[in-house]
Amino acid sequence: MAITLTDKAAKHVQGFIAKRGKGVGLRIGVRTSGCSGMAYKLEFADEIASDDLTFDSNGVTVLVDPQSLPYIDGMELDYAREGLNEGFKFNNPNVKDSCGCGESFKV
Amino acid sequence: MALLQISEPGLSTAPHQHRLAVGIDLGTTNSLVATVRNGISVVLNDDNGRAMLPSVVRYAADGDATVGESAQAAQSEDPVNTIVSVKRFMGRGLKDIGEVSRLPYRFVDTPSTGSGQGSGMLQLRTVAGAKSPVEVSAEILKVLRERAEASLGGELVGAVITVPAYFDDAQRQATKDAAKLAGLNVLRLLNEPTAAAIAYGLDNAAEGVYAVYDLGGGTFDISVLRLSRGVFEVLAANGDSALGGDDFDQRIHCWLLEKNNLSALSPQDTRLLLTHARAAKEQLTDHAETRITAVLSSGELIDNVLTREAFQSMSQNLVQRTLQLLRRALRDAKLGVADVKGVVMVGGATRMPQVQHAVGEFFGQMPLTNLDPDKVVALGAAIQANLLAGNRSGDEWLLLDVIPLSLGIETMGGLSEKIIPRNSTIPTARAQEFTTFKDGQTAMSIHVVQGERELISDCRSLAKFELRGIPAMVAGAARIRVTFQVDADGLLNVAAREMGSGVEAHIAVKPSYGLSDSEITRMLQESAQHAQDDMLARALREQQTEAQQLLEAVQQALALDGALLNEAERVVIQSRIDTLNGLLPQSDQQAIKRGIEALNVATTEFAQRRMDLSVKSALAGHNISELGN
Repeated sequence: MAITLTDKAAKHVQGFIAKRGKGVGLRIGVRTSGCSGMAYKLEFADEIASDDLTFDSNGVTVLVDPQSLPYIDGMELDYAREGLNEGFKFNNPNVKDSCGCGESFKV
Repeated sequence: MALLQISEPGLSTAPHQHRLAVGIDLGTTNSLVATVRNGISVVLNDDNGRAMLPSVVRYAADGDATVGESAQAAQSEDPVNTIVSVKRFMGRGLKDIGEVSRLPYRFVDTPSTGSGQGSGMLQLRTVAGAKSPVEVSAEILKVLRERAEASLGGELVGAVITVPAYFDDAQRQATKDAAKLAGLNVLRLLNEPTAAAIAYGLDNAAEGVYAVYDLGGGTFDISVLRLSRGVFEVLAANGDSALGGDDFDQRIHCWLLEKNNLSALSPQDTRLLLTHARAAKEQLTDHAETRITAVLSSGELIDNVLTREAFQSMSQNLVQRTLQLLRRALRDAKLGVADVKGVVMVGGATRMPQVQHAVGEFFGQMPLTNLDPDKVVALGAAIQANLLAGNRSGDEWLLLDVIPLSLGIETMGGLSEKIIPRNSTIPTARAQEFTTFKDGQTAMSIHVVQGERELISDCRSLAKFELRGIPAMVAGAARIRVTFQVDADGLLNVAAREMGSGVEAHIAVKPSYGLSDSEITRMLQESAQHAQDDMLARALREQQTEAQQLLEAVQQALALDGALLNEAERVVIQSRIDTLNGLLPQSDQQAIKRGIEALNVATTEFAQRRMDLSVKSALAGHNISELGN
């Protein structure tokens, strides 16, 4: 059971948290919504909830709520640049199907 | 798959619900676009990693427009079709632009139609046809929109575009029109100094007064803002539209000419030396001295060492000039240096140590400089755009600005009745009731004006419209409510409604063309200088109006009931009518007043008889018991 960040993703997360000036880590989760059923949640975390599962990857604390974990277990978070656009990319082994844009997915 | 950004806790958006919004600094020299990503406001770069887009548009014969660096490079070879600093022409008529002959463009004047609906804005004749400043600006905005959409991977829901604090209605409307033309939804126009203050997070800071010192390439602006309950209000704005970083380059250029005993250089050599001067200026920001070497077209070698001290002393009076304007702005705001809680630096020229030092000394505190002064306005606009697009909940964040000149309407006698006084915070709405001047008057002309002076002729006309269908009533019986509404972008809507019948007319004021900041300053100064004259002029006009009303009433009465007078009485009244008529065009208020009194006295008996007559006729045919009911 683990969620990992690539080196590149971790550097960016650390940079964003530093610029933001506060935050204990990165919260990753899923929500039921979107055209293919599930959607990722990617947020700054200001506090750790009591039932949060925490992972440490490349110096970043990742928080996941227990309900979300089965959907994203084993996932690697990467940071990518596509043309002028750049942002985080989810490499999720659990995904069987995703919508055209990839913003939501099915397991 | 899509690339995701980190959201604030609890604010993840649903898929396909990312509301992409940007802030745009549409500058005179350079333009930028910024957005909030991963919770941080960032400027978006182009493919080559450049943040600043030169605000230069070049038109080709096939109608294509190139924008930015490549257009700028063509400036000297194709000056007529390469439009620079178009911002100076936004919302302006040809007569608003002073130095027309010194500009390379072929202008087309489209005079205002006077109805307030005519564009009135000048146009530039290019190889691709006549282009209005709105179209030229739209080309710049289009490039920024495309850059933003490529960077954010989707369509924008909207943009916040910044404008100088002194921009009037016409200039703001022109900016909005340009955005629309570029396919951008304008969430709000934001004053540049306010945007800079937001970028520094001053809106989250304690309440207080802040100064924004903006020294750009060619313009200087100083604004004094008051923050209260999270709301910024512009207390005063001042500036010089012909003072900027370029003038500092010019000083170094002159120094080089002097040092090397040069005169009358060719345009190429002048440009070469100016480029070196600029590089030297930038060097001196981090170095105590810099060496300038250049070879002129004559083969002559220029090799000089410029120290920071020498540069500072040669540019001292430029810095002093900004401080003078600063002092004036504070005086306008009726504040002292000690009242200012923080100072924000905007514009690339504020990187110069002597500027930072002088401003720091002036205020007795170090100015805020940790954000890139070229980007700070765009960064603030992006924060505001993110908020307005709904990407952050909870925050009630209203930004207020003020209107630079009073707005009012023309009343009888060519007087201005101010409905919204100058410096009112916007958005605002005010209403006032007016009435008819003549018996049976069924229409009323509403003339909307801008300015501080008492007489319409000294104010700027914004629009005219008519309220028709007022039921015929005696003069003064109709109640016409005129409502002025200024929205958050500073645009004016005027509505007139006759309260009895409900007939209504309204107009969205798209002013024929705008006022320049110097014109606004001039109008304000004049209103102060002429306060006494204006008061007297107003008194005179009011007296004249009163006299006209009396004359009209007497003449009407004579026509109806002249038979009640004997010949001698009629002669006396007529002579006083003639006297008063003769006095009307003269500007002796006291004499008119006496003339009115004289006519009143002469007609008192006549009025009495008319009254008796009308009572008699009213009573005729009725008996006492009827009247008792």
